[in-house]
Amino acid sequence: MPFGESILIAPQIRQPGVTEPAPVRWLLVSAAAVLLGLFVAVPLGAVFATALRGGLGRYLEAILHPDARSAIGLTLLTAAIVVPVNALFGIAAAWAIANFRFRGKRLLITLIDLPFSVSPVIAGLALVLVFGRQGWLGDWLDARQVRIVFAVPGVVLATAFVTVPYVAREVLAVLEAQGSDEEAAALTLGASAWQILARVTLPKIRWGLLYGIALCNARAMGEFGAVSVVSGHVRGETITLPLHAQILYDQYDAVGAFAVASLLALLALFTLVTKKYVERRSRPV
Amino acid sequence: MTVRRARGILPGFGLSLGTSVLYLTLLVLVPLAGVALRGATARWEDIWHASTSARALASFRLSFFASVAAGAGNAVAGLLIAWVLVRYRFAGRSVLDALVDVPFALPTAVAGLALTAVYSADGWLGRWLAPLGIEVAYTPIGVWLAMTFVGLPFVVRTVQPVLAGIDAHLEEAAAVLGAGRLQAFGRVIFPTVLPAVLTGFTLAVARALGEYGSIVFISGNLPLRTEIAPLLIVARLEQYDYAGATALALVLLLASFALLFATNVLQRWSVRRLGPSPG
Repeated sequence: MPFGESILIAPQIRQPGVTEPAPVRWLLVSAAAVLLGLFVAVPLGAVFATALRGGLGRYLEAILHPDARSAIGLTLLTAAIVVPVNALFGIAAAWAIANFRFRGKRLLITLIDLPFSVSPVIAGLALVLVFGRQGWLGDWLDARQVRIVFAVPGVVLATAFVTVPYVAREVLAVLEAQGSDEEAAALTLGASAWQILARVTLPKIRWGLLYGIALCNARAMGEFGAVSVVSGHVRGETITLPLHAQILYDQYDAVGAFAVASLLALLALFTLVTKKYVERRSRPV
Repeated sequence: MTVRRARGILPGFGLSLGTSVLYLTLLVLVPLAGVALRGATARWEDIWHASTSARALASFRLSFFASVAAGAGNAVAGLLIAWVLVRYRFAGRSVLDALVDVPFALPTAVAGLALTAVYSADGWLGRWLAPLGIEVAYTPIGVWLAMTFVGLPFVVRTVQPVLAGIDAHLEEAAAVLGAGRLQAFGRVIFPTVLPAVLTGFTLAVARALGEYGSIVFISGNLPLRTEIAPLLIVARLEQYDYAGATALALVLLLASFALLFATNVLQRWSVRRLGPSPG
């Protein structure tokens, strides 16, 4: 995963003394700017422009509508469960992989990355096949009147599935780059396991951890494919923000859909600002 | 004690590995095994039928060709963007750098809505393309566009560190020996970054193949024409055709695992060629 490795440990290497003529440089920079402008910046701007097309009143009405508020509530609830759990998992997995030698380490890393390679739709399908009415555990859950698929637990599980890798990857990148000498020193000075974690490792990985949490959170709040398969679209109950945007769009309420989408776009901008901040703070002195 | 020594000296091995493996097993492995098991217990003809119907074949064809085309687009654009970001200092460089990450950070549904708004026939850019006879929204071009959008960061972010790590002496030596810039690029730089470009390409193709959220809005979802494979899986699920959905999912999973394997091989090649990456 390129995302994990390049950010925190940017190599500082001398530029070659030869370069291209100025017009060529100018042309290449312009081409890159035009590409990113047309493909990325213009669509991002269109989200906000369309959201505000009906005026500020219409915008506020769309995002304060009871359905929108319930979607915001579910999205926040899901992230509040999934992000801490995946952060704890990420720290544990990175600790095990970075500090110990054991058989099957490569396999474990591949497993952590697996949700990146599996289509979100298949993640949703997998949960339906296990926990759905006709799934492997369907009768057992039915008998206990527990609903997972087409209910909030399914939304949480689907979101957890697709966001498994983020924190683990970022924290692992930092731990592997910095080695475990300081932890070993703490150990010889008599620190307990939890003391080492709290006083040495956590301060060391804090920027990687923060960035991993920001990415995990953005994906958790924005996940669409996996959640849409398991949600069942129960109004006021299992509809997250992205699903709400889709529903409004399908009802030809473009302004409403983009107003809701603009909240998620703001979240993305916040994530990018976090990344810039982390990059600045963790740059080697 | 000797076993423990071989593992490492820090405490917490059992707890950290145990919880990680348990969590991954329950959350990821068991559900995926559910898909495999469902496939294994289905009748072989049913799977064959479901995954070779005209509609299924059309969706696989579109998913496959569009994602390879998107990966190719990403390879070219990504190499250009990575080059510009690594080699040149110019006003707005950090803005361009941030724009590269937008497809990672932006929820896919928002990306889909945004691309549809901009590239539909009355959109900001679509209205300029329409007179040229280019329709983007609700055509396979729209599918390609959405796939290219979500895959954009992969090539840039895999190529960037490799490009930055090329020893400056190599290019200076090429120049001293009389090579022009194009020759230096073709003979020195390109061979060095090629494994990274290919790695980014396979990552982008894998992502595009499974992508759903950004495509449903712009593709129009016409069966046989703009329906991608993940969308057909959802359509089957909505008809409670679990066997059909599973059959399609198995084909898609197989393709994803092949790409995952290819990525690993390419990364190993890359490391062999360059030594451990500077990062």
